[in-house]
Amino acid sequence: MTSYLIKNAQLPTGEHQDLLLDNGSIHAINPHIPPPKHAHTIDADGLIALPGLVDLHTHLREPGGHGETVLTGSRAAAAGGFTCVHAMANTFPVQDRAGVVDQVHALGERAGYVEVRPVGAVSEGLEGEKLAGLAAMARSAAAVRVFSDDGHCVFDPVLMRRALEYTKAFDAVVAQHAQEPRLTEGSLMHEGVVSAELGLTGWPAVAEESIIARDVLLAEHVGSRLHVCHVSTRGSVEILRWAKSRGIDVTAEVTPHHLLLTDECARGYDPVFKVNPPLRSDDDVAAVREALAEGVIDIVATDHAPHPTEAKECEWAHAAFGMVGLETALPIVHEVMVTSGLMTWADVARTMAELPARIGRVTGQGAGLAPGGPANLTLFDPAARWVVDPTRLATASQNSPVRGREMQGKTLWTFFRGVATLADGELVDLGEEPS
Amino acid sequence: MGQGPPGHIVMEADDITRALTRVAHEILESNRGAANLVLLGIPKRGVPLAERLASHIAEIEPGFVVEERLGQLDITMYRDDLRRLHPRPINPTRIPPRGIDGTVVVLIDDVLYSGRTIRAALDALGDHGRPQAVQLAVLVDRGHRELPIRADFVGKNLPTSREERVSVLLQETDDRDAVLITREEEAA
Amino acid sequence: MTAVLTHLLSARDLDRSQAVAVLDTAAHMAETQSREIKKLPTLRGRTVVNLFYEDSTRTRISFETAAKRLSADVLSFAPKGSSVSKGESLKDTVLTLGAMGADAIVIRHQASGAAHLLAHSGWTEARIINAGDGLHQHPTQALLDAFTLRRHRAHAKGMEGDGLGSDLEGARVVIVGDVLHSRVARANVDLLTTLGAEVTLVAPPTLLPVGVETWSARTTYSLDEAIEETDPDAVMMLRVQLERMSRAGGGFFPSHAEYQREYGLDTKRLGRMRPDALVMHPGPMNRGLEITSAAADGQRSVVVEQVANGVAVRMAVLYLVLTGAEGGPS
Repeated sequence: MTSYLIKNAQLPTGEHQDLLLDNGSIHAINPHIPPPKHAHTIDADGLIALPGLVDLHTHLREPGGHGETVLTGSRAAAAGGFTCVHAMANTFPVQDRAGVVDQVHALGERAGYVEVRPVGAVSEGLEGEKLAGLAAMARSAAAVRVFSDDGHCVFDPVLMRRALEYTKAFDAVVAQHAQEPRLTEGSLMHEGVVSAELGLTGWPAVAEESIIARDVLLAEHVGSRLHVCHVSTRGSVEILRWAKSRGIDVTAEVTPHHLLLTDECARGYDPVFKVNPPLRSDDDVAAVREALAEGVIDIVATDHAPHPTEAKECEWAHAAFGMVGLETALPIVHEVMVTSGLMTWADVARTMAELPARIGRVTGQGAGLAPGGPANLTLFDPAARWVVDPTRLATASQNSPVRGREMQGKTLWTFFRGVATLADGELVDLGEEPS
Repeated sequence: MGQGPPGHIVMEADDITRALTRVAHEILESNRGAANLVLLGIPKRGVPLAERLASHIAEIEPGFVVEERLGQLDITMYRDDLRRLHPRPINPTRIPPRGIDGTVVVLIDDVLYSGRTIRAALDALGDHGRPQAVQLAVLVDRGHRELPIRADFVGKNLPTSREERVSVLLQETDDRDAVLITREEEAA
Repeated sequence: MTAVLTHLLSARDLDRSQAVAVLDTAAHMAETQSREIKKLPTLRGRTVVNLFYEDSTRTRISFETAAKRLSADVLSFAPKGSSVSKGESLKDTVLTLGAMGADAIVIRHQASGAAHLLAHSGWTEARIINAGDGLHQHPTQALLDAFTLRRHRAHAKGMEGDGLGSDLEGARVVIVGDVLHSRVARANVDLLTTLGAEVTLVAPPTLLPVGVETWSARTTYSLDEAIEETDPDAVMMLRVQLERMSRAGGGFFPSHAEYQREYGLDTKRLGRMRPDALVMHPGPMNRGLEITSAAADGQRSVVVEQVANGVAVRMAVLYLVLTGAEGGPS
């Protein structure tokens, strides 16, 4: 295994240090490390060193889906600075049993770019009726710690209560896709001024907020952990703030696209902007940014949702929901949170690595950069500028909402368990290398 | 357009008046009076020219009632170059109350050039009735016909090259009477 | 000046002078339709495709008539089902139509934005005319409504020529009914207010969209109040879809009878309006629901005239969209 000497990188704390990666772990961090023999030296002057990013919300579409595989999705993750992703359960077959989650986990290990942590379905077949085999998934080789019916809301309050209670047995968390189904029948975009004008059926903010309100109260009642997926409205933020102030054990995520884009994007009827939950108003975007900075929203999660071209090259009403995001998450967070002064790089490390790993109970990921720790880290060049060309992304799909847009900063290196998966901005072909 | 392009003046206001007076006489002479005449101007500048000819004729032939004999014929929707041109405003077509069946229609335009406008006018006319005869009066014939069309009455024959532009200015539309020749590059 | 239209996707595409120019062109077209020979050679050799994903015989026939009166070749294509169910995708259909030499595509579709999608997709060079997309827009309907209003205003003022050159400054129009699901309402609010009219929307609160407060129209929940307060020049009744009525889990209004009582146009309400106020309806009407037969067939009803004006307006739009389509000197 190659050793790497990273010269003069800026750590999340702001200090400039040399880092020596050897044998899968961080061997040393010092202001000046003399280059050892056989080590590859990286001039990291001007680069930010962050712990390898951990995504709590990724769709890898394997088994059975279209638009991505575990391998292509893992490569996209590595290109974006991630060393761990949580693969959502809406595969075919659904990840609602040990056999399927183990398969996904094994595919991830074989690909070798990132740690693939399968998310287990809360209900059998994501149908919202019967609990899936949660314990079996938790005890399997995949050691599932996050359960979610993402794409569907666990709407039945009794089922939600049972899931919250049951997962306590193995310290897992239920990640809720908060969407009141009756209030969102046929909904196509955020309900407001723009939807009224475009004639697209509205998706009221209250459909998200009412479920979050119910769930935090349920979590309080049964004393469970709750995680809220892709928070998108100011009202949701207010409820979360209240819940946290009461000591309810709730965490929440926001996606890069909800931090960046608004419902104005729908005006061109380009389905690349069709996503669940929908892009919201300016005010909502301001609220989720503040909430992330404040810690009311704990983490950034991509909700990377690849779709084949034909699922997006059609009428808005007929298009699939979702957008890819792994490779642009960090530049977007840099632009809207760091450049704007709302967050520091330490906050980025916390919200994109440390806390997502903690919520998902992932060991060996997300921890601060420290000697002796596993060599999961990424180097980001905040000064680099590049324009997103979806055909050049590593993901197998092209539904990027920031296509054609200039990104502020670029991930140049990613190390997963000491192996460079991204080297000087180029994905490393791990095909032959056993991991 | 305003005062129009600068250029070489080939007809002054007096020349235009004299030419129109002569054309009015020629029309009457050739048709042995005005009994069966209808004058149709082709927008834009054929319309005021038709009005002027009509009042000349009324002066000569007291029985000629202008309101009953004067009209205008819009040819926009009959043009053969609509694919290439930006949409043209459509002008109203006004056919005198008694129609044109069996009459002698004199079409009036400012400049005769390729003949395509007149071709379109003949098509348009056919949709309004069946005149006994159709004649053509123009203020200027500048040559370069692309179709087998000729004018019966011409105010002035003006030999030109294709690179030149002939501009007819009229009091009613341009605040002065004149005919100018401009080189294309000057006009552009 | 004449409007230069590349496509007609939304009533919002038109500013006031462009809208007036379209109406003027329509007036000239209407004039040609009173001649013995109605057919003009204007679009000879051009191909207009009517692509109707949604059944609408009246709109399709109106466009078909308009195109034929201008000597265009007309193909009508009504794909079965939508692109999500069986059948070919919109993209493939449009590529096929392009290969067949369509110069203009008149599209009617259940999905809001379908016309916009075609115009901006790069799938076709054809000019796109929106004949109604989902809940979004129906610009030719708004144009024919504006044309009808303008013509009657001109006649009332003793002006000649259907009000050539004039707008609708100061006209008061009340639009009643299912605004939430109505592309006709959206298009009319945009176009009529662009032309200077004052529009009042009347509907039960359930049938007004969230966000309507930013529209350039006033809204009220009471038809009687709207008639009383605005003294309208015209009242436009929207079609109410019966499936919007109350059902298990909540409809938009409780019953046929209650809707009719609160929002229906009958002779009693008509009697409280000015004697020359117009009654309009985009059709097809639900007689006995949003409008009684007496109101629909009365002296002030211009419902049939709206249909006739539809042909002139669509001729104008086809003319403006298809001339100059090959570029060239301005």
